[in-house]
Amino acid sequence: MTWVNILVQGVLIGGFYALFACGLSLMFGVMKVINLAHGDMAVVAGYVAVFLAPKWHVPEVWSFLIVVPLFGLLGYVLQRTLLQKSIDRDPFTTLLVTFGLSVIIENLLLAIYSANGQSVNIGSLVSKSFQLSSSTYVSYVALTVLAVAVVVLGALQLFLSRTNTGRVIRAVSDDREAAQLCGANYKHVFGIAAAISFATVALAGISYGVMTQFAPTSGGANLLFAFEAVVIGGIGSLWGTLVGGIALGIAQQYGAHVNPAYQILFGNLLFLVVLAVRPQGLFGRKEAMA
Amino acid sequence: MALLQLEGISKRFGRVVVADGVSFQLEQGTSLGVIGPNGAGKSSMFGLISGDIKPDAGALSFADQSLHGVKASTRCRMGIGRTYQIPQPFEHLNVFENALLAAQQGARTRGEESYDLAYSALQRTGLAELANRPAGSLALLHRKRLELARALATRPRLLLLDEIAGGLTDPEVHELTDVIKQLQNDGISIIWIEHVVRALLSTVTRLLCLANGTVIADGDPHEVLASEEVRAVYLGGRIINEAPLV
Repeated sequence: MTWVNILVQGVLIGGFYALFACGLSLMFGVMKVINLAHGDMAVVAGYVAVFLAPKWHVPEVWSFLIVVPLFGLLGYVLQRTLLQKSIDRDPFTTLLVTFGLSVIIENLLLAIYSANGQSVNIGSLVSKSFQLSSSTYVSYVALTVLAVAVVVLGALQLFLSRTNTGRVIRAVSDDREAAQLCGANYKHVFGIAAAISFATVALAGISYGVMTQFAPTSGGANLLFAFEAVVIGGIGSLWGTLVGGIALGIAQQYGAHVNPAYQILFGNLLFLVVLAVRPQGLFGRKEAMA
Repeated sequence: MALLQLEGISKRFGRVVVADGVSFQLEQGTSLGVIGPNGAGKSSMFGLISGDIKPDAGALSFADQSLHGVKASTRCRMGIGRTYQIPQPFEHLNVFENALLAAQQGARTRGEESYDLAYSALQRTGLAELANRPAGSLALLHRKRLELARALATRPRLLLLDEIAGGLTDPEVHELTDVIKQLQNDGISIIWIEHVVRALLSTVTRLLCLANGTVIADGDPHEVLASEEVRAVYLGGRIINEAPLV
């Protein structure tokens, strides 16, 4: 039954990776920005939930109701100011600016909250699980996070394919210049994409805080997994990102089963194999966003 | 009253001059053809009017409003529609969505009105039956028509057509000029860059010739084509007064 356990745990953690990654994928798909501070934004959301929410008399776990829209707004403003200015220059500037943001955020968090691990408190529920088979336990928290991921990705997919705003986002992602000549203000559209990206990563950050401990430097590792999920699944496909996240999760669980030290190594190996054999990813088209 | 006014527009990219003091006016309801050798600055002039390119000097105004510092998307909403020489459909959207986007963003319509506007733009350009096809799968004629449909769906007062007949067969050119004549009848002003001079002559009432970023002739189409200067630049000076241009 070990295989069942590996698969189940892989799928559960894969859902989290996909939730974490979808905003990264969206920003890259729409404005070709690789946001190196993406992981750090998730960590910031976690700190807001842990330290600020209690001051607002909001239970830590429900803080997402405030934090998610707040991060959406932050994403929009950051995109229309700092990020747009760097996009106007060149892609390398954008990469450097987001890297700089990442460094600043990590060090600010270290200075303010120290390097101690924190977690979002949900009481005893955090350790509750049910037994699926003799050796397989499913944690309610992980299952909830997977469900949240599926709902978010599904909603995002519907939003992009069915709504007027979603259509404009797809059009700008296809051809920014032509979209402008159809009357679409692409900078505003970029802002919306960043807002969605920041909102989803805030949700991912709080979920992470519920599942495990985080510290100011937790963003980097998760950013790597998010990249891997996006590349394995294929840039431009949201469901691909979910499958990529799950494939990564399973590879990591298998690695951990072989030898606990191999957990991350096996994920990286899968990533390398996909890059070598199928660079566009499992579900990827050659370009653009679904 | 002039709908569009260019005064001393100049633009250079490094050492390449694409516009060198270009001035002309376009009255409401006029159709102006633009000819000129490759590299004369024709498409760049469209870029300057539509807002893709910022001029180094000169003034542009549309419907008595200065276009200085006005974004391309705002210019579109003001009524300047444009097609590209090389069609740029949104390949991952279907044909209807391409037109719908233009109707909603460019003409600021919503709901049923936007659907009607998009559909009528497709109908006028003969694309209604292809509405559900992904735009990326269209062949050249249909791509060119989609460019036109998308520009129409923005409810333009001025339509900039960039070599919309290029690369098409004769019957296809005929179909397209018929569509454009209808637009003229609806009162839409048109500026049309075209190498297929026959197609131009059947529709425009005024012709302008650009060379090296300057206007070298502007007026009655037949007179412009007969002018020695135009024949010299357009035909490379080799067969002046021998080959008919039309």
